[in-house]
Amino acid sequence: MIHRRSLLAVSAAMLAAPAILRAQTVEKLTFYYPIAVGGPLQAIMDDYCKAFQQETGIAVEPVYAGDYSQTLIKALAAIRAGTGPQFAVLLAAEMHSLQDQDILVSLDEIGLDADGKKWLGSFYPAFMANSHADGKTWSVPFQRSTAIFYYNKAAFQEVGLDAEKFPTTWAALATTAEKLTKRDASGRVTRWGIKMAGDLGNAQWTFGALANQAEQKLMNEAGTEVYFNQPKTIDAMSFWQSLSAEHHATPDGVSNWPQLSPDFLEGNTAIIQHTTGNLTNVRDKAQFPFGVAGLAGKNSPHTVVGGGNMYFCKNASPAERQASLRFARWVSQPERAADWSMRTGYIATSPAAYETQTLKDFVTKFPAANVARTFLPVATGELSVHENQRVYKVLTDNIQACLNGSKPPARAMADAQGDADRILKPYKRT
Amino acid sequence: MRRETIHAWLLLLPALVLLVAFTHWPAIATLIDSLYATPHGSRVAPFVGIDNYTDLLDDPVFWQALRNNAWYAVATIPVSIVIAFLMALAVNEALPGRSLLRMAYFLPTMLPMIAVANIWLFFYTPDYGLFDRIMALFGGGRHNWLGDPTTALPAMIAVAVWKEAGFFMIFYLAALQTMPTDLREAAALEGSSRWNYLRRVTLPLLMPTTLFVLVNAVINAFRVIDHIVVMTRGGPDNATTLLLYYIYEVGFRFWDTAAAATATVVLLTIMALAAAFQFGVLGRRVHYR
Amino acid sequence: MMVALYRPIGRNLETVGAWLLGLLWMLPLLYAVWTAFHPAIYATHFDPAAPLTFANFKAAWQAAPFTRYLINTVMLVTLILTAQFVLCTLAAFAFARLTFPGRDLLFAVVLLQLMVMPDVLLVENYRTLVQLHLADTILAIALPYLGSAFGIFLLRQTFLTIPQPLDDAARLEGCGLLARLWRVYVPLAKPTYIAYGLVSVSYHWNNFLWPLIITNSVTTRPLTVGLAVFATTDQGIDWSIVTAATLMTSAPLLIAFLLFQRQFVQSFMRAGIR
Repeated sequence: MIHRRSLLAVSAAMLAAPAILRAQTVEKLTFYYPIAVGGPLQAIMDDYCKAFQQETGIAVEPVYAGDYSQTLIKALAAIRAGTGPQFAVLLAAEMHSLQDQDILVSLDEIGLDADGKKWLGSFYPAFMANSHADGKTWSVPFQRSTAIFYYNKAAFQEVGLDAEKFPTTWAALATTAEKLTKRDASGRVTRWGIKMAGDLGNAQWTFGALANQAEQKLMNEAGTEVYFNQPKTIDAMSFWQSLSAEHHATPDGVSNWPQLSPDFLEGNTAIIQHTTGNLTNVRDKAQFPFGVAGLAGKNSPHTVVGGGNMYFCKNASPAERQASLRFARWVSQPERAADWSMRTGYIATSPAAYETQTLKDFVTKFPAANVARTFLPVATGELSVHENQRVYKVLTDNIQACLNGSKPPARAMADAQGDADRILKPYKRT
Repeated sequence: MRRETIHAWLLLLPALVLLVAFTHWPAIATLIDSLYATPHGSRVAPFVGIDNYTDLLDDPVFWQALRNNAWYAVATIPVSIVIAFLMALAVNEALPGRSLLRMAYFLPTMLPMIAVANIWLFFYTPDYGLFDRIMALFGGGRHNWLGDPTTALPAMIAVAVWKEAGFFMIFYLAALQTMPTDLREAAALEGSSRWNYLRRVTLPLLMPTTLFVLVNAVINAFRVIDHIVVMTRGGPDNATTLLLYYIYEVGFRFWDTAAAATATVVLLTIMALAAAFQFGVLGRRVHYR
Repeated sequence: MMVALYRPIGRNLETVGAWLLGLLWMLPLLYAVWTAFHPAIYATHFDPAAPLTFANFKAAWQAAPFTRYLINTVMLVTLILTAQFVLCTLAAFAFARLTFPGRDLLFAVVLLQLMVMPDVLLVENYRTLVQLHLADTILAIALPYLGSAFGIFLLRQTFLTIPQPLDDAARLEGCGLLARLWRVYVPLAKPTYIAYGLVSVSYHWNNFLWPLIITNSVTTRPLTVGLAVFATTDQGIDWSIVTAATLMTSAPLLIAFLLFQRQFVQSFMRAGIR
């Protein structure tokens, strides 16, 4: 019995050792990040951290935690368990929820000198849209994207459309998508015109773009109000629904995000609304000439930004916070931001990155990489409110109900508004 | 006597401590937690009595989860048991290729659900997924199996049955192989048909196994949600949200621990009732040899 | 037994039916094997002339630290099995051969765990392990399962069937409690240990939800969680790489099963017998 007990104790100690060690080492940072696009990104991130350590002597351990949703769950779980990371890349839109959890520390509190303030100002304004609250800055952009269209140029030519001119208005988009939809002799669709994602975690992104295209913001900056049942929002929902109900250019029901890119590459759909972060993947795999275009709009193009920012955790010691900030500044230097952008397809987070020679050359060789950036001026932030995940869910449930035909757009949006209001009630301060 | 009692407790203590710590104590703690609000940050949670329960009953997603789980259980339990029984019968006969067949039936049990979920995802892909392709050969249309609320839950049920039937088959096989052969010979002598023999002799004698399999099937109907996590995330519009998935989502995505605890109490109650029913009512009707 | 010269049509239909069912049951695995060994373009096109390739496996291997995940899983399963054997043997022996007040009631309480598995008590168990400062460790994954009611139940049944004279003989030789257990009961219960061991290993090798919640880092993640984390990207699913990863993570258990099929099946059968 004595043998067994001590054996158990020793094994327990051995297995718990890494956690204990982590808590005591000061110069080692842990950093959670999601990989939302494929490719050897883990290797790239490992290289960055090694390079950072060589330059500064600070060891950073990058922990890959899944997609945005999983990384959020994991990071929160780890922080609540006391073994959390010092900083993490999480959805830019989660800011209000993260603040509610009381786990963030603002950059102002960590300490920003004049240089630091200049650094904050060097980012694209559109990417800083989700970073401000209470007059402070809570996150910095890291891997940001906008929603864009990928389209099959061969399919365009096949139906007699100009492959270099992509529609910019809703009406034109609908007709184009209709033309691109191919049916076989029995009426079965062999190629859809367009597909957009309506599954949980992505529906609100698709919808955010559509609402912006109808010139309606979905929430206020404080994250305490949503505007789902405004006429323009309902308009956006009606347009989305009309693509399947009226124009039959997209399948009835819900299309899932993981399916979009394979479907596009398979030739199953001619247009997809997707993230610029997918660019390298499509470029590598497409067996047909493809193009990249900005999103359309009711009257003129508008889009939505997405992606992840770097957040800094409250439970880090002051030395760790400084070190984390240092890493954030290091990794967002123009050359490095350009490197990350080229290897993933994400938009480099500062205009300065696009002035570097490497990125200039890259863009000349591959103009599609520049398209997303040109739409930043007409991009709005992703839906970001308190209890973010809950509000995402009620919005998505209602969008899905509408797309499945069980609720008309007006009622779906009214229900979403009602549910969201209930969720946000505790956060409204008059 | 006293020394024996002390010895007994010493032997029992390690296992008992762990059991109580991770099963009995959490169950009680969950019950207690459901009476308090969710703590936010470092604030202490206030006692709210049955407020959490009324909130839960007000949540349409919770009712949807209950309904879904009920349908899910009603479908997976009998179907997987019947298929398992048929498989056992088949493999028990001297069929050509019997052991290969047995392996084929049992294989799904060996694979983690998470691994096969992605494969099933391909099968269910609209247009060029396997099932749609096969149905196209017979002139069928396009199906958004996982995106259509009417087919999503049946699709999940199919995956669950596929995963479980082979596991239950083994228990039936064991029981069939321990059935005395003279029974069958006696029945053959009396000119009894195979169907009659099945109904009058085999099935009743297999009742203990059926009870055992039933218990496992009921537990799994509430416990296994891996495929939901990977394939549908509870959608579309909560069509595949099962009770445990609801708890997972509320507890670990929304971090509303009080609501999760409340829903867990409901789940525990359901399982306790199911256990009571199975052992109390059904157990009495089982014929033991 | 007289053997019929021809098998009646009914029987043949049954055979065909059983075989079709078998084929249907194998379908996912067959698809996985097809997709993993062929280039990505053939993931959705079933061209018999498609070339074979190992590139998918290489890509999957490099994309995630599967070696580490494998080590974690092996450590986890070994830890669980060893602890369960020891703890359940002791407890089962107490229930089977010792008399003490409250024994039957306590056994009933233990059996409650058969219906209320630790999986259902995610939220509370998570909190317990956080308070013990054990979150994100392999021990944390294992702890809720170490006291296994199923194991205690099985072993108790087996111990009950061991003839009392053997026990008495050992006692007469002057063996103490533990010596009797070790000398008489454990060796005779070997088939049950094997049975239970195989059930436990396959359950915990394939367990997903609890490890998903309790682990955060690469050094503790088992294969199932690693696979799930690996398969979700913004780009959408790459069937060839995902199936390659799937095959890699299922391979150890699959190969063990194929080699020891008979023992596997027999032990599961034994585990169900009361």
